[in-house]
Amino acid sequence: MEKKLVSSLREAIELSGLKSGMSVSFHHHLRNGDYTLNAVMAEIANLGIKDLTLNASSLFDTHAALEDHIRNHVVRKINTNYMSQGLGRRISEGLMDEPVDFRTHGGRPRDISLGITPIDVAFIAAPTADCAGNCSGKYGPSACGSLGYAFPDAMYAKKVIVITDNLVSYPMQGWSIPEIYVDYVVKVDAIGNPQGIVSGTTRITRDPVGLIMAETAVNVIRHSGLLKDGFSFQTGAGGASLAAASFLKDVMLKENIRGSFASGGITGYLVDMLNAGCFESLMDVQCFDLKAVESIRTNPRHQEISAMQYASPAAASAVVDKLDVVILGATEIDTDFNVNVHTDSNGCIMGGSGGHSDTAAGAKLSMIIAPLFRARLPIVTDHVSCVSTPGRDIDVLVTQRGVAVNPKNEELMLRLKDAGLPVVDIRQLKETAERITGVPAGIKRGERTVANVIYRDGTLIDTIKSI
Amino acid sequence: MGNIIRQATAGTLESSDVFVSLEPCASGLEIEIDSVVQKQFGEAILSVVKEVLSEHGIDKGKLTVTDRGALDCVIRARVETAVLRGKGE
Amino acid sequence: MIRSMLFLPGNTPNIIVNGEILGADAVILDLEDAVAPAEKDSARILVRNALKYMGFGACRVTVRINAIDTEFWQKDLDAIIPVKPDLIMPPKVSCAKDVQTVDAYITALEEKLGLEKNTVGLIPLIETALGIENAYAIASASPRVRAIFLGGEDLTADLHCKRTKEGNEINYARCRMVVAARAAGVEVYDTPFTDVNDDEGIYTDAQYAKSLGFTGKSAISPRHVKAINEVFSPSAKDIAYAYEVMEAIRIAKEQGKGAVALRGKMIDAPIVARAQQTIAMAEALGLGREA
Repeated sequence: MEKKLVSSLREAIELSGLKSGMSVSFHHHLRNGDYTLNAVMAEIANLGIKDLTLNASSLFDTHAALEDHIRNHVVRKINTNYMSQGLGRRISEGLMDEPVDFRTHGGRPRDISLGITPIDVAFIAAPTADCAGNCSGKYGPSACGSLGYAFPDAMYAKKVIVITDNLVSYPMQGWSIPEIYVDYVVKVDAIGNPQGIVSGTTRITRDPVGLIMAETAVNVIRHSGLLKDGFSFQTGAGGASLAAASFLKDVMLKENIRGSFASGGITGYLVDMLNAGCFESLMDVQCFDLKAVESIRTNPRHQEISAMQYASPAAASAVVDKLDVVILGATEIDTDFNVNVHTDSNGCIMGGSGGHSDTAAGAKLSMIIAPLFRARLPIVTDHVSCVSTPGRDIDVLVTQRGVAVNPKNEELMLRLKDAGLPVVDIRQLKETAERITGVPAGIKRGERTVANVIYRDGTLIDTIKSI
Repeated sequence: MGNIIRQATAGTLESSDVFVSLEPCASGLEIEIDSVVQKQFGEAILSVVKEVLSEHGIDKGKLTVTDRGALDCVIRARVETAVLRGKGE
Repeated sequence: MIRSMLFLPGNTPNIIVNGEILGADAVILDLEDAVAPAEKDSARILVRNALKYMGFGACRVTVRINAIDTEFWQKDLDAIIPVKPDLIMPPKVSCAKDVQTVDAYITALEEKLGLEKNTVGLIPLIETALGIENAYAIASASPRVRAIFLGGEDLTADLHCKRTKEGNEINYARCRMVVAARAAGVEVYDTPFTDVNDDEGIYTDAQYAKSLGFTGKSAISPRHVKAINEVFSPSAKDIAYAYEVMEAIRIAKEQGKGAVALRGKMIDAPIVARAQQTIAMAEALGLGREA
């Protein structure tokens, strides 16, 4: 076996055989603190390689340098699951010739594993690695916890380059991704800025409206019939969702309910629930804060899962299909319960599905928490400007002024009504909002398609137009 | 009644509020609106601003409205406050 | 039936807009301490517009005006009375005359504007040593007075003592307020609990106020509203017992018995009165027998 440890990114790229027109991939565990994508792309541009397909599990504003690589035709095509506001705006303005393909956290590994989006060279930033490429996110100065989203890249890319700032002697202990997939290892000074990788602490909201919604959300869960021993749960890291997790913990402890697992992006709140005995284990595809990182490092019941095991429809089975309840957010939801998490109210890209549609499809109860209006914009519309998750997968919308149940879930509707929850028709919520805010004028969408939204089964669910 | 005799402001740049700034202007009414919900409510905001100005008999003045998603009743309040301040009342 | 009264700063649209959904039975839109002197005009106009164009749903609306020793209170009333709040809260009320001054001004406004008379109630805020000593006179100073309200913060400053979480320093004032209010036949509301991060302390404080006879309690944080509503609602046990008492009375009447016993205890007039209060409260809150 030739020596894997090479002296520079440039050497690794050259050895990988990367050529114009190929595809490269990155994971997003370093989030807005990531240095790796920018460093690699700069080196690729220096080498004169062009027309690449960039397959990144998510893109953040720290990746703004991509704009130049797109203009200079280093990057021709982007496949991703999430794109934050800064880059999203540029894409919406028509920066790229080819539309961005948005997938879900489950759809991406599905399409990688099925060869629909093949990867020539995967660049895997690893907070700790050894010279053979055994690597993990749990240790090192840039520790990010789980490396879940990097697994499909490691397993299916033709060449895999591990980039680390914490090289340890072989064999490292507690690796997540084994050497069998890794072709080259590069040591760099820093793979990311720890402060941007995970937040020190994620806090529950102090916003009184958020707390009201969280309380209602927990009441919905209580009366759904699902909150019993063996309960499984997922929630996002939004303020109201975290508050809901915190209230749910109180209820589970008070009623002595022992759940099975919580999954997805893991925060300190879910770690607290694990340690308090609310769950048997955590299934962690990504850590959101230092407490989660510490927990996955030290607690064997806090388990790392790959993106495939998390949500891939091509996997023999996946965690999302065993979920009882998921709490999700929305920028818009329409009267058919279709949810938009890709674009803002002006039709500008500012997000993506992530695991939204995967968990909504899998969970028995998919709940959206959203304020009835943000600033002056009603959350409920006649038609969302982009369908990220189809309404058939959404069971209930919780707002500060009432709960709307998807009529397809009659049982839940009856249960919540019997429990005295403020159940209203979703159209009534729309009217209530518009009575307060006024009726917003419709937004004119551009002609050009700037992004395709690909549902987790590979079908095109919507397109996003230029602004 | 009477027109703007001095520079005045009202409101804040907090979410759901609106900051209104006005000053005397001899030539007529100049209204500039910058809103986070421009596309959805730009027209509505302008018409509400004009309505309040006319209720107070203002036909001259330069008005800058920086909106952070304020509801109509808030916009009305802030414009009225600025006008009363600008009139020296 | 008002258990909780939530203070909302009068010049903050973001908070006012959501005021009605925070769970409080009443909001207190504050034009006084929460508003800087230079913004009195803008808060007054904002609160007026919120009432005029938006409203607060099922939530009762109180407006705290500025004190009568300031230049603002008459302008406050000029703006607010036409939009018909449920209650006006004049602060720093120390004697019956303070109430009558505000009452007279409101009455004159009602006449001038052709409004129905005496629909706006008063809830004087008593927060001085003199006010506490005059509490009964204040509570019975005008038919407009619907309730009196204890302000613990300013009071302790006037008493030359420190406000503590335990509240021993305002114990006399609390008792005096309850007695004065009940003697005058009006309701009585307790000072807010000021530690917004102490989720347990609010229960203890509210339970103590309830044990003294307060009708309800105010809050400066929405986080305290739930605790206040819980504490000041009759418990399921209380309600069940009240119905039992009334049932025992009914049966006794049918059988022509004078004395009635329930669970070995004589039911006398005060027990019946309390049962009737509990049932009236439960009905007002929509709480059923089994609740």
